[in-house]
Amino acid sequence: MSSLLVAADVNVAQNVGFYIIAAIMLFAAFSVVTTKNVVHAALWLVVVLGGVAAQYILAAAEFVAVSQVMVYIGAVMVLFLFGIMLTRASIGPDTDVNNKGWGIGIPVAVVFFGVLAWSVIDAFEDTVLVDPTEASIAASTQAISDGYLGDYLIPLIALSFVLLAAAVGAIVLARKD
Amino acid sequence: MYAVNFLLLSAALFSIGVFGVIARKNAVMVLMSIELILNSVNLNLIAFALINNDIGGHIFALFVIAIAAAEVGVGLAMVLMIYRNRRSIALDELSEMHG
Repeated sequence: MSSLLVAADVNVAQNVGFYIIAAIMLFAAFSVVTTKNVVHAALWLVVVLGGVAAQYILAAAEFVAVSQVMVYIGAVMVLFLFGIMLTRASIGPDTDVNNKGWGIGIPVAVVFFGVLAWSVIDAFEDTVLVDPTEASIAASTQAISDGYLGDYLIPLIALSFVLLAAAVGAIVLARKD
Repeated sequence: MYAVNFLLLSAALFSIGVFGVIARKNAVMVLMSIELILNSVNLNLIAFALINNDIGGHIFALFVIAIAAAEVGVGLAMVLMIYRNRRSIALDELSEMHG
């Protein structure tokens, strides 16, 4: 625990970037679950998702970062905004956005974070991430495609059926009949 | 850079998402909190891929992204259907199945 969470001598720029993005992300995530305005919650969620994409870049996962931007910020957020638009008449802040027993969520979340943080620190206290080389970053997309069309081919086909079923199911559910 | 940085950030995001799922009444906001949870899991997978120097974490993260997109589509379709039938998406009013 001696030098935990201190900017290590590994890569200072990476650490500084990580903490700035992490602070923005945590503030935005907190705003998502506390704001009274549903549209504002969706827009704060965009900040969180963009921050996650930036963390992927820091963690040398370029392909996943681009997929995150396209799928989440591009598609899922449009779905959310459509959902908000189609289920609410007013745009302003709501008076009651929380359940009656919402206070129980605070101790649950705090205990949950405590247990998770304890186990994570216990397991990975001294693990230092190795900076990926240019060659390994350049080869990662190829490795992903090799994985998808090799070891993970059956899960990929199953996933495509799940997506097909979800698309058909969403149309059937949302259709006016 | 320490591995716990990523893992602690993801634990915090997960806890905030769990709080949102418990506290929120609006069904769309509950779906947003679920998105927070799924993103924290993805961050964990990417961090583990970096720790173990294995591409499998990236592959599973992409699987999770695809499943999350499908989940949001079906979830919002269900919310729209509930709204059409009841003119409300407050989750504490959905008590027909209450025994």
